[in-house]
Amino acid sequence: MARIGVFICHCGHNIASAVAVEEVVKFARTLPDVVYSDHNLYSCSEEGLGSIKKSIEENKLDRVVVAACTPRTHEPLFRRLCEQAGINKYLFEFVNIREHCSWIHAKEPNAATEKAKKLVAMGVSKAALLEPQVESESGVIPTAVVIGGGLAGLTAAASLVAQDIDTHLIEMEGKLGGQLNDISILAPNFEKSADLLNKLVSELKKSERGHIHLGAKLVDVKGFVGNFEITVEEEGVQNKIPAGAIILATGTQEHQPEGEYGFRKAPGVVTQLEFERALQRGEVPKRVVFIQCVGSRQPGREYCSRICCNTSLKNALRVVEAGGTAAIIHRDIMSYGAAWEELYRQASERGVAFFRYSLEDKPRISAENKHILVEVFDDNLGEGVTLHTDLVVLATPLVSRDDSGDVSRMLKVPRDKNGFYLEAHVKLRPIEFATDGVFICGSARWPSSAREVMCQALAAAAKAAIPIKRGKVVTEAITAWSDPDKCAGCGNCVIACPYEAIEIVDQDGRKIAKVNETQCKGCGNCVAACPNDAMQQRGFTTRQLSAMIDALVKRALEESS
Amino acid sequence: MTSKVVVVGGGIAGIQAALDLGDMGYEVHLVERTPSIGGRMAQLDKTFPTNDCSLCILSPKMISCAGHENIKLHTYSEIESADGGFPKTRVRIREKARYVILSRCTGCGDCIAKCPVKVTFEFEEGLSKRKAVYLPFPQAVPRKVTIDAEHCRMITEGKCGVCKKVCQAGAIDYEQKDSFVDLEAGAVVIATGFDLADASALRQYGLGTCKDVITSLQLERILSAAGPTGGRLTRPSDDTEPKKLAFVQCVGSRDSRMFKYCSSVCCMYATKESILVREHVPDIESTIFYMDMRATGKGFQEFVLRAERSYGVRYIRSRPAEVQPASDGRGVLVTYDTGGGIGEQRTEKFDLLVLCPALVPSKGTSEIARILGVELDENGFIMTPDTRNPIDSTKKGVLVCGFAGEPMDIPDSVAQATGVAARVAELLQEAR
Ligand SMILES: Cc1cc2nc3c(=O)[nH]c(=O)nc-3n(C[C@H](O)[C@H](O)[C@H](O)COP(=O)(O)OP(=O)(O)OC[C@H]3O[C@@H](n4cnc5c(N)ncnc54)[C@H](O)[C@@H]3O)c2cc1C
Ligand SMILES: Cc1cc2nc3c(=O)[nH]c(=O)nc-3n(C[C@H](O)[C@H](O)[C@H](O)COP(=O)(O)OP(=O)(O)OC[C@H]3O[C@@H](n4cnc5c(N)ncnc54)[C@H](O)[C@@H]3O)c2cc1C
Repeated sequence: MARIGVFICHCGHNIASAVAVEEVVKFARTLPDVVYSDHNLYSCSEEGLGSIKKSIEENKLDRVVVAACTPRTHEPLFRRLCEQAGINKYLFEFVNIREHCSWIHAKEPNAATEKAKKLVAMGVSKAALLEPQVESESGVIPTAVVIGGGLAGLTAAASLVAQDIDTHLIEMEGKLGGQLNDISILAPNFEKSADLLNKLVSELKKSERGHIHLGAKLVDVKGFVGNFEITVEEEGVQNKIPAGAIILATGTQEHQPEGEYGFRKAPGVVTQLEFERALQRGEVPKRVVFIQCVGSRQPGREYCSRICCNTSLKNALRVVEAGGTAAIIHRDIMSYGAAWEELYRQASERGVAFFRYSLEDKPRISAENKHILVEVFDDNLGEGVTLHTDLVVLATPLVSRDDSGDVSRMLKVPRDKNGFYLEAHVKLRPIEFATDGVFICGSARWPSSAREVMCQALAAAAKAAIPIKRGKVVTEAITAWSDPDKCAGCGNCVIACPYEAIEIVDQDGRKIAKVNETQCKGCGNCVAACPNDAMQQRGFTTRQLSAMIDALVKRALEESS
Repeated sequence: MTSKVVVVGGGIAGIQAALDLGDMGYEVHLVERTPSIGGRMAQLDKTFPTNDCSLCILSPKMISCAGHENIKLHTYSEIESADGGFPKTRVRIREKARYVILSRCTGCGDCIAKCPVKVTFEFEEGLSKRKAVYLPFPQAVPRKVTIDAEHCRMITEGKCGVCKKVCQAGAIDYEQKDSFVDLEAGAVVIATGFDLADASALRQYGLGTCKDVITSLQLERILSAAGPTGGRLTRPSDDTEPKKLAFVQCVGSRDSRMFKYCSSVCCMYATKESILVREHVPDIESTIFYMDMRATGKGFQEFVLRAERSYGVRYIRSRPAEVQPASDGRGVLVTYDTGGGIGEQRTEKFDLLVLCPALVPSKGTSEIARILGVELDENGFIMTPDTRNPIDSTKKGVLVCGFAGEPMDIPDSVAQATGVAARVAELLQEAR
């Protein structure tokens, strides 16, 4: 007989405002195998944890159920608590009665309470059948691979070598630097970007830890944290690089506004990167008009690309400093923070003209003799304005690279709806992926200023260095396994597995599935795909799940009688 | 070689820096001036752009910090002095007397219930009172009470002693003295964050003179289920539910006479708050007075569009000229320019007005800068002049992350804080 303890959390008012917590505690006490039940104002607070630990010890509990918020944020905490109290941490079951009860049924307290009881009953029935699991440790190859040699990749690689870690930098082009090659001056400090690039490249070249691969094509990525194998093709030859961690820094591309504002039809209409290249060649026109948000912040592509206003402010100032005139036609000037707002202030003071348009009434451009006419209805003035100019610069957003889908499949990392790589948690894990050992930085994650790109790159370098410095990783215990007696070797699971963790092997003349547990992430796809009930997942066995369903049905019948 | 790192400031930036440095194997000393780590994020109700509950995502990190084998917490502590320099800075930490023996206190709260002294509650932004012995918030780490010596009757007048009587754990010690910890640090990290500028100095916005004018951080506390009103949204003048709410952006910021920079996060948190109030008062109407709607982060523009489309939030591009109390003292009258070049002024009545004041470097930022000998920029943030090393201060081995360096939101603070760990590792490798 199991000895189960059930702890119900108020989460302040978050749960208690809809769920009658004490009623659920009483109910839990009636469930089979439950020897103790209590409630906490915040189970996750030190006090809550302390009281749970004490109850475990006093009541000799051997399984713990906490009904609180989401396992995504809090499961590790309670598992650790179980360990501290001497219980295998896999003998812990989490029930979510906040998201699933109090929040979604905030206005139906009775129903929310009843649902909480059902979920607790299900959790308890599963807990009774839980088995202890062991996590195994595996070694870490002391090498990092950085994919992409722009500012992000260079900064990350330079940091890793400075931390004395062998680092391979993979760049598909023949040259390092990425977009920075086209940008001669970096705002807000008006420094030469070549100086920054040269510093980074020379640091990397100087170190015997740095290995630069130019013109290198990423062919394949296999493995898992601590033990990746990256296949790269250089000059027609494929090389395999073993590595413990991978940093993705593949950047973006500039949106090409085909057909908009006469782009590629009329001369004198260019994108920001094209204008940067012209400035680099020393071609500074006398009169320039910048149009912001071309192809962004509108239906179809709703996001703001963060850096374009600041780029236009920089280049408008450069035009003005060279004795020319510049106007920026915008919807909002996005000069956030201290340095960018200062740039905006300088641009205004030095005579850059600003006009504000609305999405409903975009500027129109036409050609007249040798100039271009830009007509705009300025929202601030409340009237139409016509500008004569030599050049129109279209500020278009950075968009995800055409090949980012391939890279994302190779690395098995997700992208968001705009095609940028999707981090593990928008707020608290901004440079990690859900996949361990793979990290993201730079504009491939989101358009960012050079400074921000570098901070993220340092962060990615820190995260990649951690497993390498520790020299070991703990592998997932909740993995799948196949029962050889039931397996027919059909291979459905092999197809279903996104981690390439299953293969069909020969055993006593029979073909059966075999799971490589270090590669298995415990997603459960194979279990669902198996027609013979042979594939089982630890912590989610058919027996455990059936027990949960039985508990639910039982409670539903009790309720209706 | 020394492998100790001192992190000053226990907000989200300092917490994250400590966790990553600890994971790298350094011995981290996290020094926080207030009784608990958590910083401003602990005061927030929910966080943009996904609106998850702030403490719910922060609390696990706070607890991991406390339980981390390589992290030593020094709360209610300050840096007393720092001598020498990289890679051997001698740091003296003053652990202020709490008049509570930490190893004995269980955080049960019996003393709080019985303490007779009530004082303004800083954590609740002055919206409620706390006792002289107090816990800043339920999830505080460490969850131990602190006696505020300035207000405790036993300490100031030598009479009372109730808390000591009721404490069954014997944790109260009125004789406790400040204590000091001396150590040699390989690197020091500044993560001292921000304060709100005093918006009552801008008289035209009515804070302090109109009852129904509050600050954005006060609204966060009001919206919080654990806050002073238990999550009930009411206005101060008559405790009724507001039906018409307005936010004023850039109060004292982007203003050459006050703080000329942009605080970076206000457009987004006002948008967030204007969505959140709907969960409290379903038919409330929100208006945001703004200058430029700066929604430049990941998912931010979509968040603003959602506020506009699904929650009917009204965005008005205008900086209100004047705020006055309504004639019956309930609600406020806001006078603003309708824009569009017509130059027309309009006065509109709102039940509650929320000001978004400039976010300024915290008082502790200039103090720590002086102690460590690093320079501040023209706005008072820690100066980071080296383009190649964007989180290095003007002194080698002293690094910066989070709001102390420049205005930034939580994701950027977290990324920078993790970056600190790499930079520390680079520097200490070099010093080897
Ligand atoms: C017009 C413009 C002006 C700017 N001006 C400023 C400024 O003044 N100040 C400022 O702070 N910021 C500025 N920025 C922003 C800043 O320069 C960029 O954000 C930064 O350079 C991006 O660096 P990155 O490494 O993330 O991306 P990228 O520069 O795009 O580099 C990515 C690299 O990865 C490589 N790559 C891609 N896919 C693969 C693959 N599969 N395998 C191998 N390699 C791959 C690419 O070839 C490229 O070299 C500007 C940006 C633009 C577009
Ligand atoms: C009303 C409001 C709403 C917000 N909403 C959001 C949101 O929804 N999403 C989002 O991303 N961001 C939001 N923000 C911004 C967010 O609060 C900051 O990005 C974040 O708190 C910065 O973290 P930090 O650690 O740098 O600073 P802080 O949180 O300010 O922490 C600094 C810490 O250092 C301590 N300290 C200061 N000086 C010293 C010293 N000398 N010695 C020791 N300790 C010291 C302080 O006590 C404090 O604990 C909001 C801000 C406000 C004002």
